[in-house]
Amino acid sequence: MNAPAYLPPSGVEVLFLLLGVVALASAVLVVSTQHLVHAALWLVVTLGALAGCYLLLTAEFLAWVQVLIYVGAVVVLLLFGLMLTRAPIGRSTDLDSGNRWLAAAVATATGAVLVTVVVGGLRGAYVDLGPSAAAGAGGAPALGDVVFRTWVLPFEALSVLLLAALVGAVVLSRRDSAER
Amino acid sequence: MHVAYPAVLAALLFSVGVYGVLARRNAICVLMSVELMLNAVNLNLVAFDVWLGDPLHAGQALALFVITIAAAEIGLGLAIVLLVFRTRGTIAVDQLRELGEQDAPDPATRS
Repeated sequence: MNAPAYLPPSGVEVLFLLLGVVALASAVLVVSTQHLVHAALWLVVTLGALAGCYLLLTAEFLAWVQVLIYVGAVVVLLLFGLMLTRAPIGRSTDLDSGNRWLAAAVATATGAVLVTVVVGGLRGAYVDLGPSAAAGAGGAPALGDVVFRTWVLPFEALSVLLLAALVGAVVLSRRDSAER
Repeated sequence: MHVAYPAVLAALLFSVGVYGVLARRNAICVLMSVELMLNAVNLNLVAFDVWLGDPLHAGQALALFVITIAAAEIGLGLAIVLLVFRTRGTIAVDQLRELGEQDAPDPATRS
């Protein structure tokens, strides 16, 4: 497959790079900010930018699921958790543990290894996102078709898993479960 | 689009998540970093699905399932964190050392 050169990047790639920079910068802020509530709000920016990335990769249905479930439900749950554990609203100085330099070294090593492998392995890979190649590939009809036809068994297993998680969360958060 | 762009972005997001899991003290911040790592994996799944042109859309279906599992995980994780907060009064993960060896030296004094 004859992939076009990296320079100049196409319009889609420029958009993807911008969204990626936003996602990465806010992800760094999530793990480094000293305001607990701000961390949850920066997580919204990261997840929203990733939803934009999904849109650019023609996965429209997944992008909206991301917005609904992650931005809508997961972040609200996290904010509730912060509220219920009496998180300080303002600046807190003890958010990072003592081994943060070790953690930074491990994360840098992980990132270096992964980026090296990925760049080495996928340098020539190119996907054509033109209108002919991507028509309806990631929309709700196509995805619903495969989810309810080919992947219906894992889908049902996931329903049972969600039910089990619901029951588990209810049991864990019952007030009197400590006394019994 | 070159597949390297989403793959590199996913790798960097994953390592940011690794840093957050290892460096944060607040258990809810650790959960947020886990979400970052799951999202990095999702981005990889979507990119590879589009690249390979799988007619069964295995990558996007799996990404959908990962999002569902992440929702279940965050619900259970928050329930556990709240229970820990109720019984111990703190959710700093480096102060919860009840299961550590009792005769081990204090890690604060160990170099």
